Amino acid sequence: MIGFSDVVVSYAAAAKNAVDGVTFDVPIGQLTALAGPNGSGKSSLVRALIRRADISGGVVSIGARDVKTLSLGELALSVAVVPQREDPTFPVRVREYVALGRYPHLGLWKSPSEADERAVEEALTQADVGSLADRDTDAISGGEWQRVRIARALAQKAPALVLDEPTTFLDVAHEMAIFELLHSLARSGLAILLVSHQLNLVARFADTIVLLHEGRVATNGSPADVMRADKLESIYGWPVVISRDPAVGAPALVPLRRPRTL
Amino acid sequence: MKRFHGWYWLALVGALVGAVAIAVAEGAVSLTLAAVIDAVAGRGDPTAIAIVRDLRLPRALLGALVGAGLGASGAALQGALRNPLAEPYLLGVSGGAAVGAVIAFALGISSDGVITLAAFLGGIGAVFVALAVARVGGRGVRADVRTLLIAGVIVGAFANAAIMVALASAEPNTVRGALWWMMGSAADATWTRVGWLAASIVAAGGGLVYWAREIDVLSLGEDTAASLGVDAERSGRRAFLLAALLAAATVAAAGLIGFVGLVVPHIARMLGLRAHRPLIVAAGLIGATLVVAADLAARTVAAPAELPLGAITALLGVPFFLVQLRRAA
Repeated sequence: MIGFSDVVVSYAAAAKNAVDGVTFDVPIGQLTALAGPNGSGKSSLVRALIRRADISGGVVSIGARDVKTLSLGELALSVAVVPQREDPTFPVRVREYVALGRYPHLGLWKSPSEADERAVEEALTQADVGSLADRDTDAISGGEWQRVRIARALAQKAPALVLDEPTTFLDVAHEMAIFELLHSLARSGLAILLVSHQLNLVARFADTIVLLHEGRVATNGSPADVMRADKLESIYGWPVVISRDPAVGAPALVPLRRPRTL
Repeated sequence: MKRFHGWYWLALVGALVGAVAIAVAEGAVSLTLAAVIDAVAGRGDPTAIAIVRDLRLPRALLGALVGAGLGASGAALQGALRNPLAEPYLLGVSGGAAVGAVIAFALGISSDGVITLAAFLGGIGAVFVALAVARVGGRGVRADVRTLLIAGVIVGAFANAAIMVALASAEPNTVRGALWWMMGSAADATWTRVGWLAASIVAAGGGLVYWAREIDVLSLGEDTAASLGVDAERSGRRAFLLAALLAAATVAAAGLIGFVGLVVPHIARMLGLRAHRPLIVAAGLIGATLVVAADLAARTVAAPAELPLGAITALLGVPFFLVQLRRAA
């Protein structure tokens, strides 16, 4: 559904390409995770997808269409994005905030129709934030705010969903709840690309893990294929062991303490 | 949080109509409401007709339009620039307009229309300079809102310096004229001026109301805006230019009137408004009421002397702002 084909992203001031020939697909009905060390090009790929970073080589496509040929409005109808950071300058009521997800669907006068309002209610329910609808965005917790942001993206009703680190700063319960939600959304037929540092969680929920390293795909496959100590050690530059999660059997990464050499 | 009820609209419109009515009735010659209505209709005492039709009504309407323009401009800018301290004059509009007017004064031009036009062009010119500076500052990367704000402040500071240099070597009369204008006043209201200002405000304000949803999206940040199909750079520039147009038109019509554009959008938000379409309209109504009231105070408190309108609005604005700061702390 979302396809990256030999994508190159470079920034004017940087010597090296931030993304240097990345190829992988995000199929419909699956949760695809994008992982890798800081600065490996994950966010640049997301920015390339929404055309916030220039694609200097290769093709980013949605459906069968090159994103370069889509208008921003068409793009917003095909993919919803939850960016890494977002701080509304002024608090908004949660329902109004989620309703902004309908922006690409609005007509000339940009006033919401009944269908828009239905989509907002649905999204509030899906993300389990219906009870917050009349609160202000500065009067909810960090975990609630992340769910509200996901609700905003769901209200967009695009066939593909991209999330950049949606569980940063969240406690275990909120983090798990969001991963469960994303997993069920993927099963309901969305193509989901999840940028995440939480390798252990990703290994339990994702269908495919794409591991980036220095702007290239280091490895791409099922969690069992990707979660291998030798690969992860060389990518992250830190000694690790892979054990097995005793409860669910998924591979689990355990970073080791470095032996003192002084 | 406070809810905005439908009847608030009635109250806002009622307050504005009431303020205009009082402003037309009060002054050196006090008129009854009945006399005001008669005079507007052209009946009764010819002196009252002259006072109302030629002096007080255009003055009150000019004040209302100036306040509406500044309030709407401030509301749109705070959203589009994502900064609660943004205000119409921050972008160099005021400095640029003052430079335009002072140049006209210094050239010995006395035609009211030409000075107004010079101020308007100066204000708009400053905004284009600020946009250009922001582009250079952004070094080819998309000019983001912070660069734009800094560019506006820089252009404004440069304009103020230029005014001081120009005034230092100017005739005393020019200085007085320029100063009076820089302190803001609705005293020179004419129907022509009211007409021009009304047309500018309907055009630019209407544009802001039309594109208000874009400002809602913009205020979420550039990445989110892009993911919702809004080109942050283009939409931001559009909101910025429309807001600057409003500000330049008001400055050309009545000089610098501080704090309205900064404070009024916050009052509208305190009433519970968040989305920019109603927010811009409400800020326009509140700004109009505030300036009409401040102008009434300016010409009656120390009568027959007239206080500078820009000073009165700031005197009302500063305490309000301190209260806001306390609440935020």
